[in-house]
Amino acid sequence: MDAWIDLFRTAWPVLLQGTLYTLMFAVISMVLGLALGFLVALVRVARVPALAQLAAFYVSAMRGTPLLVQIFVIYYGLPGIGIEFDPVTAGVLALTLNVGAYLSESMRGGIAGVDRGQWDAGLSLGLGWWQTMRFVVAPQALRLAVPSLSNSLISLIKDTSLVSVITVTELMLATKEVIAQTFQPLPLYLAAAAIYWVLSASFEQVQRRVEARLNLSYRR
Amino acid sequence: MSIEIRNIQKRFGEFTALDNVSLTVESGELLALLGPSGCGKTTLLRIIAGLETPDAGQVLFAGKDATHTHVSERQVGFVFQHYALFRHMTVFDNVAFGLTVRPRSVRPGREEVRERVMRLLKLVQLDWLADAYPAQLSGGQRQRIALARSLAVEPKVLLLDEPFGALDAKVRKDLRRWLRSLHNDMHITSVFVTHDQEEALEVSDRVVVMDHGHIEQVGTPDEIYDRPATPFVTQFLGDVNLFHGRVDQGHFTLGDFAQPLAEAPAAGGQAVAFVRPHDLEISRAAEGALAHGVVEHIHAVGPIVRVEVAAESSGKPLEAVLTRERYRELALMLGDRVYVRPTRVSVFPAGDAQDYVI
Repeated sequence: MDAWIDLFRTAWPVLLQGTLYTLMFAVISMVLGLALGFLVALVRVARVPALAQLAAFYVSAMRGTPLLVQIFVIYYGLPGIGIEFDPVTAGVLALTLNVGAYLSESMRGGIAGVDRGQWDAGLSLGLGWWQTMRFVVAPQALRLAVPSLSNSLISLIKDTSLVSVITVTELMLATKEVIAQTFQPLPLYLAAAAIYWVLSASFEQVQRRVEARLNLSYRR
Repeated sequence: MSIEIRNIQKRFGEFTALDNVSLTVESGELLALLGPSGCGKTTLLRIIAGLETPDAGQVLFAGKDATHTHVSERQVGFVFQHYALFRHMTVFDNVAFGLTVRPRSVRPGREEVRERVMRLLKLVQLDWLADAYPAQLSGGQRQRIALARSLAVEPKVLLLDEPFGALDAKVRKDLRRWLRSLHNDMHITSVFVTHDQEEALEVSDRVVVMDHGHIEQVGTPDEIYDRPATPFVTQFLGDVNLFHGRVDQGHFTLGDFAQPLAEAPAAGGQAVAFVRPHDLEISRAAEGALAHGVVEHIHAVGPIVRVEVAAESSGKPLEAVLTRERYRELALMLGDRVYVRPTRVSVFPAGDAQDYVI
């Protein structure tokens, strides 16, 4: 046991550094992914010609291929046609594009779940399409979509570990580096797992708060 | 504002919802669209609102073509069967919403919005619920808020889609009287859809009876009830007894029974006569009888008594409604042999819709 405490005492600065990277990847990709997902959902719900088909193609491609392959294509593949990214940008880009596809589906489901009458009511009160979407449908769609959005976002936190393959020293790669020096895989991998879990659990708390807030007006 | 509907056609795939429908709604009147489900009444209402586009035909508001005007620019108030209140907003915000989302240049000031909303909430007698959320209200309260919300934007036309359809009988009755008196005060051109003939007859100035995508009859409640234009209208407006007979030389005849018709029909032939239960008298004398039979059931319900007579000729049950006095006078018992005589008959040639009322 003492050996483990010593081990963590030497390892924690590196692990903390990695955790911060992981957190940064997760938060940036979350924000960008939510924006992208909303945009994609809007285009598909509004049935914008051409763009809607393109959006459907994007969603299908992102959901149909492994994230690991997407990361390789972006970081190692694209330079072949002259597009180069540094590892952090490539990581954020891959995670955003990937999670955006999943989030857009959750939002589309949420929007479709809002009763048709809400649209009719908004339009007949003199609102345009966008106003009805923004003030009437989107707030109610969000409530419906939160559980499934949270699913994707929690997955995203764990998926950040995959960007370790493009030399970004986030939590996973940081752990591996410490293991390479100390030859203690069990305690260190367990520590990494615990950190991921803590991050996900704190996100669950956020989800719970958001749900409670959105449910305020639905209480009797 | 008057509404004119010209030759509207609407199909959903193979289904024809509206087949060449034309109709004029006079300025300030309360008009009911009445018919069974699937008759096209709601589709017609949604086309007037602009929530649905017709395949052909025109909608004119105050004489101006509005067929291609977007719903948000038509200035209609729409009340939905299932209220469609915004669940994430308070009652106050729901009613104020149509005003607060207007562009700044045409948006009333904060105080004015507040005043207008509170005035409307008082009008629907729910000002004490301003801070509640829709989920906390009863069905009747929700529908009144929905009405206040639609009135807040000062629509030129008020459209109501089965507004009381989802409420229980008592609330429904209260609300339709209340709607009638509200309309008397405001005189806003209103169209409401219902499948409840009692509601249509009680509330509206005029009734449009629809079936299978076309209009069967337009008229005041009295006209519709007393002089139904078609067998469909006769049957849809309430219980009727049906008699198959003939029209000969200006008379409806069935066996020994003959009754002169007010409007002489062009040609004789097979005909059907409709008699409402309260237009069917029961007597122990054979004189002037349309049919006779044996009393099968007696239901005394409140001030009236329903009597079912098994007709001897057809074996079908006939239904008559008597006052309690008449019932006591006759001293009717189950199994009694009685005669029935109509006081009022609607006759239609079999397979035709032409009407001659006597």
